[in-house]
Amino acid sequence: MAILELKGLSKLFGHNMAVNDLDMEVAEGQIHGLIGPNGSGKTTVFNLVSGFLRPSRGKVIWQGRDITNMPTYRITKLGLVRTFQLTALFKEMTALQNVVMSCHLHTGVNLWQQFWQDKKTRRKTAAVEQRAMALLEQMGIANVAQERAADLPQGYAAALGIANALATEPKIILLDEPVGGMNPTETAETMEKIKAVRDQGITILLVEHDMNAVMSTCDEITCINFGCKIAEGTPQNLCQHPEVAKAYLGEEIDLC
Amino acid sequence: MLKINYKQAFLLGTLPVVLISAPFAISGYKVDLLTNLLINIILVTSFQLITTTGGWSLAHIPMMGCGAYGTALLSGGLGIPFWISLPLSALTAAAVGLVISYPLARTKGFAFFVASFAAGEAIRLCWTRFKIPFGGHKGLTVPAPVLVENVAWLDFEEAVPYYFLTLTITLFSLIIMYRLNSSRIGDSWRALASEEKLAKSIGINITKYKMLAFAGGSFFAGVAGVLLAHRLWAIEPRQFGFNATLYLLVWVVFGGSHTFAGPILGVVTLTFLGELLRPLVEWVPMIYGAIVILILIFLPDGLESLPNKLKSLR
Repeated sequence: MAILELKGLSKLFGHNMAVNDLDMEVAEGQIHGLIGPNGSGKTTVFNLVSGFLRPSRGKVIWQGRDITNMPTYRITKLGLVRTFQLTALFKEMTALQNVVMSCHLHTGVNLWQQFWQDKKTRRKTAAVEQRAMALLEQMGIANVAQERAADLPQGYAAALGIANALATEPKIILLDEPVGGMNPTETAETMEKIKAVRDQGITILLVEHDMNAVMSTCDEITCINFGCKIAEGTPQNLCQHPEVAKAYLGEEIDLC
Repeated sequence: MLKINYKQAFLLGTLPVVLISAPFAISGYKVDLLTNLLINIILVTSFQLITTTGGWSLAHIPMMGCGAYGTALLSGGLGIPFWISLPLSALTAAAVGLVISYPLARTKGFAFFVASFAAGEAIRLCWTRFKIPFGGHKGLTVPAPVLVENVAWLDFEEAVPYYFLTLTITLFSLIIMYRLNSSRIGDSWRALASEEKLAKSIGINITKYKMLAFAGGSFFAGVAGVLLAHRLWAIEPRQFGFNATLYLLVWVVFGGSHTFAGPILGVVTLTFLGELLRPLVEWVPMIYGAIVILILIFLPDGLESLPNKLKSLR
């Protein structure tokens, strides 16, 4: 069952066709990888799907619904959320406050109550804080809950980015290079956590350069270059696909 | 630590005493000045609500004017009592603010600056062009507020009773604005100002929250306008022009706009400074200009950042 479909998705920046007639289907409950060399259009695809950019052509279908020109906050309400490559965090807030803030859509408190703050609201706010703390624990960063987000080392910041995304109660998360710059141990730990998120029933679309991580975690992979799809299939299929190796390394060698 | 607590207790203790006894200790003219200062405190604090979401609105003074004209028409033209005219006029200012904030929410930085200026000028032009009902260049007269008839200490044509009326309304306004600022709504405002990408991503409707901030700020600018109108007994479009906006900007730049108290500090300090410099009244604009330049060089975050800067120097 395809939960997310990209149909003929295209984006033109001046003379540059950043994304070119891309067709892709992400099956529900899977970890779907999106790979390609730098500048191949992966982050642009994320921006198009999550409402940060408007496509020049094509459609994005989420759970059977056309979300192509929807504003980002509405797309998030529908259960689709993305993380950011250079992690965007609320820098002056603590890690815990970041996640509490990210629970924005699910506090059960409307605007007037937010201002008035009676006892019922305070109880709901306490519940939100508990939930935020649980998310920090799930991502293994509960120990830095009271640290300012700007002071967090890169690995913790990336984990906090994912925690923020989880706080929106998504059905799919678009992860933009979650293990960028991590050593093998950190990478393995993070990929385990990502698998755990998938096991909770959340579909994952993963953009990543670390081939080991991608091959060992993804159920299905799409490879793009210059905005076009050049290969698609399981990790085993793609390993042997000559175009993929050529795109990354300029020559045909074995990627497995 | 104890030292700081004594200091805070001292301030918290003396401030109400000063505020309540001051009008009896000084001349009528000075009481009027204090009243004006209170009105300006509401003005700068409401401005801070709007700067929080990233916009320095040059339409804020015209919003104040909307409140002023509102009460002139309601209590002057229609004879509506003050305590109804006040919220209605403020709501009018909020409604106008809401309307112009929709296109403004789509602009940022310098574009917001210019667009807000255009919107403000459009409103002022309405007052100038439409003699009915706004009285054109000559403006309108405004009656003094009457809450209870024939009680001497509630005669709001007198400076001292009007001071206390303004003080009460100022206190209420500051409390409401403070609560707004420190609530989850305030958190959402600060979130969208610091990281708009992430704020969008977690489901914050940026346009809605920007409009809310603008309408809220305009509401209290309207309150300030009502108080100003009933103090002066007459209003005209010229009072709500760029000159007033300039002073507003100087107060907020001087005091800082990242804390609740910053703008208040700015307006209080500069108002007292202005009074001390009364003998040099022709030099005041130049002195203000020099102060702005000095502040931007040495303390760009305004007076509110001074305690932190001093701490880091130790």
